[in-house]
Amino acid sequence: MIVSHSISDASMALPSLEQIVRVFSLEDYNTRVVVLGVMALGTASGLIGTFLLLRKRALTADALSHATLPGIAAAFMVMVAFGSDGKALAGLLLGAFVFGCIGVLGILGIRKTTRLKDDAAIGIVLSVLFGLGLCLLRMATELPTGSAAGLSGFIFGKASSMVASDALIMAGVALGIVIVTIALHKEWTLLCFDEKFGAVQGCPTLLLDVVLMAMVAIVTVIALQSVGLVLAVAMLIIPAACARYWTTKIITMLMAAALIGCLSGWLGAVASALVPRMPTGPVIVLICGFWFIVSFVFGPNNGLFIRQLTRIRLQRRISLQHILRAMWEVCEDTQSSSFTIEDIVYVRSWSKRAVEKLLRRCAKQHVATREPNSMWRLTEKGSAEASRVVRNHRLWEVYLITYADIAPSHVDRDADMIEHVLGRNLVSQLEELLKATDIPKSPHAVGTST
Amino acid sequence: MTWSIIDTWIVIIGALCAAGCSIPGTVLVLRRMSLMGDAISHTVLPGIAIAFLLTGSRDPMAMLIGAVVVGLLTAFLVQVIQSLGNVEAGASMGIVFTVLFAFGLVLMRQAVDHVDIDPDCVLYGSIELAWFDQDPDGFGIPRGAIVNGAMLLANLFVMFLFYKELKITSFDPAFAKSQGIHPSFMHYLLMTMTAATAVSAFETVGSILVVAMFIVPPATAYLLTNRYGMMFVLAISIAIASAAVGHVSAITIPTWFGFSGTSTAGAMAVAAGAFFILAWVGSPSQGIIAKQWQRNSVRLLVLREDILGVLWRLEERGKKTVVPTQLTEAIGAHSLLVHIALFGLQKTNAVEKTTMYWTLTKEGREKATKLVRMHRLWEVYLDEHYPQDVHQVHQAAERLEHVTTPEMQSKLGDAKKDPHGRRVPDDTLL
Repeated sequence: MIVSHSISDASMALPSLEQIVRVFSLEDYNTRVVVLGVMALGTASGLIGTFLLLRKRALTADALSHATLPGIAAAFMVMVAFGSDGKALAGLLLGAFVFGCIGVLGILGIRKTTRLKDDAAIGIVLSVLFGLGLCLLRMATELPTGSAAGLSGFIFGKASSMVASDALIMAGVALGIVIVTIALHKEWTLLCFDEKFGAVQGCPTLLLDVVLMAMVAIVTVIALQSVGLVLAVAMLIIPAACARYWTTKIITMLMAAALIGCLSGWLGAVASALVPRMPTGPVIVLICGFWFIVSFVFGPNNGLFIRQLTRIRLQRRISLQHILRAMWEVCEDTQSSSFTIEDIVYVRSWSKRAVEKLLRRCAKQHVATREPNSMWRLTEKGSAEASRVVRNHRLWEVYLITYADIAPSHVDRDADMIEHVLGRNLVSQLEELLKATDIPKSPHAVGTST
Repeated sequence: MTWSIIDTWIVIIGALCAAGCSIPGTVLVLRRMSLMGDAISHTVLPGIAIAFLLTGSRDPMAMLIGAVVVGLLTAFLVQVIQSLGNVEAGASMGIVFTVLFAFGLVLMRQAVDHVDIDPDCVLYGSIELAWFDQDPDGFGIPRGAIVNGAMLLANLFVMFLFYKELKITSFDPAFAKSQGIHPSFMHYLLMTMTAATAVSAFETVGSILVVAMFIVPPATAYLLTNRYGMMFVLAISIAIASAAVGHVSAITIPTWFGFSGTSTAGAMAVAAGAFFILAWVGSPSQGIIAKQWQRNSVRLLVLREDILGVLWRLEERGKKTVVPTQLTEAIGAHSLLVHIALFGLQKTNAVEKTTMYWTLTKEGREKATKLVRMHRLWEVYLDEHYPQDVHQVHQAAERLEHVTTPEMQSKLGDAKKDPHGRRVPDDTLL
């Protein structure tokens, strides 16, 4: 039992160039079938998954796919009882579909009639029906006729067992789903974003919901053979979740999700054909996961990178405005046009190095210039910008003192936060309200306030 | 059915494992995070695979550590994707656990020549064979029983230490924080418990039974009680009962149909599901029957009062008797219900039956007078305070008359005529 091999023994044999060419040009029948099948699946699941994700039903699909197992086993047993060998894919998929629907109804029933929430309802249906599936599967293996050994392939998927007719069924289903999505995308979008408005507009929301879940069941069922029921939900959620990071438009999102699903299917099938001992389903899911990381980090809509970038930009703008106000107020205090770094350090709680750094940035942006004998001076551009910031700050302070009854010594911090985001409209409203035309005097001592 | 020592140990191991799972499971269900249990029990797989590939052995401690680390990573990634990536909790969980599980499967396939744990075993476990896996100096106790028993004790110990803290952070995290209990520490403590329980249980019973025992017994207990401590007791009891019933049915029920038996782990999950359905239907406070019963008894109460009202109003117009079909028409209820209501009224001597005609008795008339007075006073009140079409006040008064308390009645005034111009009867004159 205990093995002494190290990890290096499990190294992968790299495919030769000839092999790569063979796989990419789809020369083998087997590769052709698998690639066609999983690409069709990826496209269909990307489309339906988009609505599933927007409808916040991601894990309902997981329960649905687990619930298909007793359906498969039961269908097999029924078919054997009627004298066939129980291998007819259509029959097995029909059983899977029926039990998938039972699972969804179970979740809805538990949620409607008990105080349990979605999570528990999903977990109960998922585990109990899957347990039932295991029981039936074990019993099916004892049947004298027919061979149930292939059935457990549906759990983790077994793409290599696909034949041309299976791939054609998958392609046909995918085409059907593309057509249904094109026909219903408006209604489903309404369902996802504003169900109640849809209902008021006379949209049959319940029917649309049922059709959507039926499509999810169909996609899950065609995913069983290649990806397997444990991972089927990944094909639905991940491409859609990736697409969400690239766009805010539903049509673009649908196309992106379908593309990512299709691409992951293709790459997964190719990778598992090239590398020995690479199960197709898990590899496809890993590739989806890779796209998710890429999208999560680099996606222009809410991606980690872009969000960090905007935050840094905002912070830089704010700190620049802070130093501008500090310079302006020092000049106002000393009644001169130039100042030293020490003057700024004196009135603010910043370190000398931080001030130096900020001033260098000011010089780069031509808002302040260095004069001989280590004096600094605001440029014309800097002076205009600084007076605008100071004005916003003080207008808000005066507003807080006059209308919000806040003590003059307490307004500085509040105004500090708001001065950067005061829009032109708000400023003109403040001007009108406070009858201010010029920069008001600071309501508190400037030098020691912060 | 033939029962042997092996069967006894199967039930014991199943019960220990199920009881161990239902402890973190209860907290997970209360926190509405039950699917975190599902996700973590899937990601145990890559944890074990990585631990195996790094150490090259099946050392249980290494596997425990590997699984707990990956379990915590799962919890952490789910939170990161949810909060930083703007993805809802369910989807974020779905992404993390499927990708990690797929990673685990690929690792296992790559190392398939060296690993004797196959993915199928991950799902169903091997509880049927657990008895044969004994340490030489284990006093005849199977390893599975020791591992799961130890985990149960560990979970009980953690619960004993953090009972109050877990309770407060589950129900009111903000309050907990103000009391100096860190909700996120409790969160990760719970995740650690979940991952450790999942890994210690999965080898014997497989990940599906782990998921079932995390979620189903606590959810069943939740339908039976409103008390936190009681929920643990019930969840553990249901888990143990599921294990016993599950194994017995696994070796008996299939034999009725000519099969030799079936998967014990699967049958335990189904048995837990059966207990859930029992509670769902028959729970004294939350069950479908209890709820329907309550609804029906309220409905019958209203119907009885409506019948009295109709009889009183007929008397007002000089018609003393009525046949049930007239009542059915006047009230719009099913005739069976009307008969049940009449039967109830007869029992309390409010109405009497002569041949096929029903009339009010003296007591019935008193009750009816009070009801009609209430109804008409409400009409007066509504007409005065919420001016509307006179015909609409009847509908509202029709509902309110059944729920008016004496305090409310004393504020309704003392009018003599209702907005329709009819007399308001005075029950004090009777």
